[in-house]
Amino acid sequence: MTVGADPRDEAQMIAAILAGDTSHFHTLIRPYERSVYMMALSLLKNEAEAEDVAQEAFLKAFRNLAGFRADAKFSTWLIAITLNEARSRLRRGRVVVMESLDRPPDEDGHVSPALLRDWREIPSEALERSEVRGILQEAIADLPVIYREVFLLRDVEELSVNETSEALGITVASVKVRLHRARMMLQKRLAPQLKQVSPAKRRWFPWL
Amino acid sequence: MVIECKHVWDHISGYLDDTLDAETRALVQNHLEHCEICSAILDSTRNILILTADDRVFELPLGYSERLHARLEEEMKTIAPDES
Repeated sequence: MTVGADPRDEAQMIAAILAGDTSHFHTLIRPYERSVYMMALSLLKNEAEAEDVAQEAFLKAFRNLAGFRADAKFSTWLIAITLNEARSRLRRGRVVVMESLDRPPDEDGHVSPALLRDWREIPSEALERSEVRGILQEAIADLPVIYREVFLLRDVEELSVNETSEALGITVASVKVRLHRARMMLQKRLAPQLKQVSPAKRRWFPWL
Repeated sequence: MVIECKHVWDHISGYLDDTLDAETRALVQNHLEHCEICSAILDSTRNILILTADDRVFELPLGYSERLHARLEEEMKTIAPDES
């Protein structure tokens, strides 16, 4: 969630919108368009539904803007609205998401990582290949939802531990535990898979 | 004091975020210098986080932003933010 180079005074924008100059709302939300869509997608696992929920979440934020408390961050508040909107849509049963039937491992348990001796970096150019993007998307989508939410907020949307805890309504300690487990689950699954797609051939040792 | 691999794995996330206390950090650091398995776990985890944070992994639907702002424009005409 990086904000553009020009200084943004969100409190001022919000005051202007509440005073009736609603055009500022477009500017206010621009940096968060992606995060809101991503969080909706992470729960609904359907692009069209996610887009719809994203629109609804922004509208709800607009309608309830007067209720936004200045001691919170607008981005965190917006994400909490998005997650509520997505969850209520799931409850209404308009979307059926196939969640794994395995119960999420209990939070005190351990995830053993994949043991590799010779790990080589996968260059980010590898993401030009849809195969590699697919492997990453699937691994994230398959995380149990409590880990998926924390992982996306912290490691993809780059919220702080405190912001993540606020957006999800869970303790800071839970954020840390879930994040650790999410990362280890991804390492366990992805490290062996990515190793195989690694484009790095040892060309500098032609005899190997 | 020496710690085992299993204990190091519990601290990978904290190590990456640099939230370990100085003592634990030193133990982990020391272990990593001598254990190629644990350093491969650390490197692969770090690399996976770099890859998953890349915007190319999840792309926004084409026209998403345009549709969003058009809808907002349309609806904001009819609703004023609640002043109550």
